Amino acid sequence: MSVHSIDDLSPLYGLMAEFETAGELVAAARRTREAGFRKFDAYTPFPIHELDDAMDLHDNRVSLFTLIGGLIGCAGGFGLASWVEAVALPLNIGGRPLISAPMFIPITFECTVLIGGLTAAISMILLNGLPSPYHPVFNVERFANASRSKFFLCIESDDPKFDRDQTAGFLESLGPEEIAEVAR
Amino acid sequence: MSQPVELPSEIQVGPVIDEGHSLASVSDKIGGIVLKRKTTLGWILGLLISFGLLQGLMAGATWLFIKGVGIWGINIPVGWGFAIVNFVWWIGIGHAGTLISAILLLLNQSWRNAINRFAEAMTLFAVMCAGMFPVLHTGRPWLAYWLLPYPNTMDLWPQFRSPLVWDVFAVSTYLTISAVFWFVGLIPDLATLRDSAKQRWKQVLFGALAMGWRSSARHWQRYEKASLLLAGLATPLVVSVHTVVSFDFAVSMLPGWHTTIFPPYFVAGAIYSGFAMVLTLMIPVRKFYGLEDIITMRHLNNMAKVTLATGLIVGYGYMMEAFFGYYSADIYEKFMIWNRMTGPYAPFYYVLILCNVITPQFLWFKRIRTSPFVLWCLSIVVNIGMWLERFVIVITSLHRDFLPSSWGMYWPTVWDWAVFVGTIGLFLTLIFLFIRVLPMITIFELRMLLPGARVKEPVAQ
Repeated sequence: MSVHSIDDLSPLYGLMAEFETAGELVAAARRTREAGFRKFDAYTPFPIHELDDAMDLHDNRVSLFTLIGGLIGCAGGFGLASWVEAVALPLNIGGRPLISAPMFIPITFECTVLIGGLTAAISMILLNGLPSPYHPVFNVERFANASRSKFFLCIESDDPKFDRDQTAGFLESLGPEEIAEVAR
Repeated sequence: MSQPVELPSEIQVGPVIDEGHSLASVSDKIGGIVLKRKTTLGWILGLLISFGLLQGLMAGATWLFIKGVGIWGINIPVGWGFAIVNFVWWIGIGHAGTLISAILLLLNQSWRNAINRFAEAMTLFAVMCAGMFPVLHTGRPWLAYWLLPYPNTMDLWPQFRSPLVWDVFAVSTYLTISAVFWFVGLIPDLATLRDSAKQRWKQVLFGALAMGWRSSARHWQRYEKASLLLAGLATPLVVSVHTVVSFDFAVSMLPGWHTTIFPPYFVAGAIYSGFAMVLTLMIPVRKFYGLEDIITMRHLNNMAKVTLATGLIVGYGYMMEAFFGYYSADIYEKFMIWNRMTGPYAPFYYVLILCNVITPQFLWFKRIRTSPFVLWCLSIVVNIGMWLERFVIVITSLHRDFLPSSWGMYWPTVWDWAVFVGTIGLFLTLIFLFIRVLPMITIFELRMLLPGARVKEPVAQ
């Protein structure tokens, strides 16, 4: 198999292998991890849950932030209603309690969902490092297929185990369709 | 979202997606509608008609700004006319989108993948139409920001014990979260469009919207988590929104409104009318865009079944309303139901029963559920029925209340109709623009339905 090389002098982001099926990619990702690589990523046209296991992905920060956001919304909603009704504009209507908790539940709930939902979306986008107008992987011409029909695996040159020739040889042993060098 | 739930084959109607599709072909087909397909005459004509209807809103709202709510048919005792009828109708329509995108996601109903984007767009546009009515109904729409809690020189605050303030929070949260959910769902598809677009300006436009999404597994993992969390939050949200809308009525002390059955009955009605609207829009779109292989008979059949189920709940609601009216032993409650069934608005009530209780019974038959044209006609009837339901609830409960001396009648004026038809125009205009500029089917979720998405790891050598 030929490796699509770039100019030897230009800095290298990594080596990218292209696979035809999801199964081949998952197996390749598993072997890459088992071979000791850590700085690598798979690129797939749809989420593949098997990759979470193969690549040992378990980032739960989105859930944590959403929980925190939801709790802030919850406390904020109830706090706002209570502060307004008891401090800012207290209205004594037949001696009824100023902080009438059951009546504040809808506001509390809506604020919980609002802040929680916004946190979920925003934390997902920011933790993914988006928006990112430029990324080296887009330098590979065939990478446009990652959002269409093909599966890619990229081992990054930052990985301590990375070696231009040896890693290319390792990727070849995974049986990809193509291998390409990725310019930085 | 992991494994599709498969029913025994004898009770299914065809596949979720026709055979012969591959990862590449679905991407090209759905993306091609946006990127390659020529703007057809039919689309231009449809947009022009919708935009024409939208002018009703412009004229109606302008005249309203000049003259005030007196141009509408509302009066005392009927202070809530078309504005509230249409508000509840539109917001109910929106609920099907969230049900399809969030609740069916949590329930692992993978068939929803082909229709959720469109249904969510419908939600967004319907809520926009809905939100306009209470704002216009305030009489001084330019002061609508008074509804929000903010420190002001008048030293006034909203009354947080009022369902009308709950409404403000519920509807604006609903609109925001629906928009966020919709956009998050769009990101991977925008990347697909960016990567397959040929013209530079399209690449830049879709590229900017996709924010540099690169289909990374590490990103997908967080993405899936965020989607599930959003679905988990949107599920109680959608139930809460129509519950809060029903509180506008149920928390008041008026016969016909002050009913504990309102929240569940409103939510069921919302989903019922929403699914009908999805059918109304989806059946022509699937025909004109040749999407019968992706939005299959299975989808129509399933949506028809949901419509039938929720229709039966709505029918039960009508029965219980009548029963409680009788069983309350309260003369005002009894009179309200009697007046609804035999008073001046009785014809509306019986057409409503015809539309919402009798019509859905046809959906018991598989032949009707799998015949797109008949189903489309039924969905229109259901839409009309649900509008009448809100009309009957709002008007008949108000027009003859406790004192006969304060009884009155309500008839809409031309301006009521102009604003109502105008929002239909707004809704259709937005739908037309949406199907032209964005992928109307979630491409990446569609890929997950294909045999190619099954992960079979080759045995390691």
